[in-house]
Amino acid sequence: MNIAKPNSYRSGPDERGHFGIFGGRFVAETLMPLILDLEKAYTAAKADPAFQAEMNGYLKNYVGRPSPLYFAERLTEHLGGAKIYLKREELNHTGSHKVNNVLGQIMLARRMGKKRIIAETGAGQHGVATATLCARFGLECVVYMGAVDVERQQPNVIRMEMLGAKVFPVQSGTRTLKDAMNEALRDWVTNVHNTFYCIGTVAGPHPYPTLVRDFQSIIGNETKTQMQEVEGRLPDSLVACIGGGSNAMGLFHPFLDDPSVEIFGVEAAGHGLTQLHAASIAGGRPGVLHGNRTYLLMDADGQIQDAHSISAGLDYPGIGPEHSWLHEVGRVNYLSATDDEALAAFQLLSKLEGIIPALEPAHAIAKVMELAPKRPKDHLMVVNLSGRGDKDVPQVGDILRGKSK
Amino acid sequence: MTTRIDTRFAELKKQGRAAFVTYVMAGDPDPTTSLEIVKALPKAGSDVIELGIPFTDPMADGPSIQAAGLRALKVGMTLKKTLDLVRGFRKVDNVTPLVLMGYYNPIYIYGVDKFLADAKSSGVDGLIIVDLPPEEDDELCIPALKAGLNFIRLATPTTDDKRLPAVLTNTSGFVYYVSIAGITGAAAADANVVGQAVARIKRHTGLPICVGFGIRTPEAARAIAEKADGSVVGTALVDALKNSLDAEGRATAKTVNAVAELTAALAQGVKAAKQAAE
Repeated sequence: MNIAKPNSYRSGPDERGHFGIFGGRFVAETLMPLILDLEKAYTAAKADPAFQAEMNGYLKNYVGRPSPLYFAERLTEHLGGAKIYLKREELNHTGSHKVNNVLGQIMLARRMGKKRIIAETGAGQHGVATATLCARFGLECVVYMGAVDVERQQPNVIRMEMLGAKVFPVQSGTRTLKDAMNEALRDWVTNVHNTFYCIGTVAGPHPYPTLVRDFQSIIGNETKTQMQEVEGRLPDSLVACIGGGSNAMGLFHPFLDDPSVEIFGVEAAGHGLTQLHAASIAGGRPGVLHGNRTYLLMDADGQIQDAHSISAGLDYPGIGPEHSWLHEVGRVNYLSATDDEALAAFQLLSKLEGIIPALEPAHAIAKVMELAPKRPKDHLMVVNLSGRGDKDVPQVGDILRGKSK
Repeated sequence: MTTRIDTRFAELKKQGRAAFVTYVMAGDPDPTTSLEIVKALPKAGSDVIELGIPFTDPMADGPSIQAAGLRALKVGMTLKKTLDLVRGFRKVDNVTPLVLMGYYNPIYIYGVDKFLADAKSSGVDGLIIVDLPPEEDDELCIPALKAGLNFIRLATPTTDDKRLPAVLTNTSGFVYYVSIAGITGAAAADANVVGQAVARIKRHTGLPICVGFGIRTPEAARAIAEKADGSVVGTALVDALKNSLDAEGRATAKTVNAVAELTAALAQGVKAAKQAAE
């Protein structure tokens, strides 16, 4: 594809929220005034040192940042190539990177005087983070979750309820994340006057992809500093899994203008790219859904297709618009890993490093297993360990015992 | 350029009454029955037809219309077949305005230029595309106006006076006022509140203003028709259709009549309305 390389990969989006042809604001008129308000509130917050100072306080003392950058010595030895570092986002309060973004959005909601928070969730990590911060700040919390995901992610449903959130199992469509997002948008259209929609990934109408990216960029910024401290230089490559792509964008963005850094995003290939999967870039094309233009899985008539992944958090037929753009300009390499590859990686990391990863980052580990052996021993590879596997233990346990398909 | 929509509203103004606008989903419950339903609507008293384009993920629609879209998709309805349906309707009716209502993605995938040419030639008069706000006018609205199709914009309770001019720029045919902040098929709005909103919008535009969302009965259609230039009913008709289907969701001998009878009753309500003095 003949797309001009930009001077900076970090300058987007434009004032209308576009990354190349991607992004934008494709929502019902009812929501537009609120989206414009949100953009204004975010611009003001970014320029307010008090906002950043307050965020930093919570990030340090409530979330537990900075998260460690851990040298995975046994995994490195086992694979026999690149030196592998894990960015330990799974050690954050609530067990994943999601809390970084939710903290930012909840602080914004407070600035905007909103008392009711809604969210959609796939694996439940975003729902748990939202429920947690709503509890902390005394806000009403409603979480939409596909009925299928409610089944396969029971531990997180219980956590959300313990935290005082109302969890609505969504029965429409495929009863997964896409449908939860539709239902959250319907709630928002209905309750727009008092409700803040806390979106869980770098997708949705502008300014969400930007503000979620900014809140998650702490991952990449810390990685830069930490790698400088340990190795005295930048990493050579970065690897992260992608559903909507917020953990990946958080790690990648601060490195986009460092040309020596190779960047790999890993989509969920499910049963394989010719069968049911959730790899929007590998198996989709540009379309418009959920407020933005981006790569989507769809049929010839523009109807959205069902996504499938073993990981509820990656089971979405789209991807954040900035990823679509980074793919088209060729800055990030998008790969994919199947359910089986992710399961194998899940077990390998658990056994070699004593770290049970969530099924989402297990997809990233699966590609590390391919990439690392082909790199020299002085190659520094950082994998975003975006979440821990507690929520997946019952599901993976069933599969490993042969109880599930 | 004068479209069927402009002509129809000019006629209604002469008659001193409001328009009755009906919404049905293209291809629900199957393409053949759907065409019969659309043909029956003008005879039953519909002044303007909104024809839904089926889409898997209709974010601003309630469960009834979402289910209607899924019924249509299940029997293989597409955007191309929706345009075929319009062509079939135009063979028997060349005066009733017909507006396609839906979401952008199927049109984007069809190809905007090809879609506009095909829509125009098949007899479509206007478009209501729920997820294209004025901020995205370059996508479809401006090309549609150039192609001679009306682009009908939604105004809502959250559209304040400051924003209204942006919403009304490039709008033609009529303005669709969404009476509630909410999804289709939700609770009804207070006719007096709607009246105030219509008066507010009229200060910004000379276009007719039709009001929809939450109107289900002849009485409600009449109350709204007294305050606006048109009442729009969708979910109630879609529900009447659904209630006429057999256990497998297929059309029965009652299906076309079920929609036509409710249309006739609602049309009576609208015609009984006394128009507000302008």
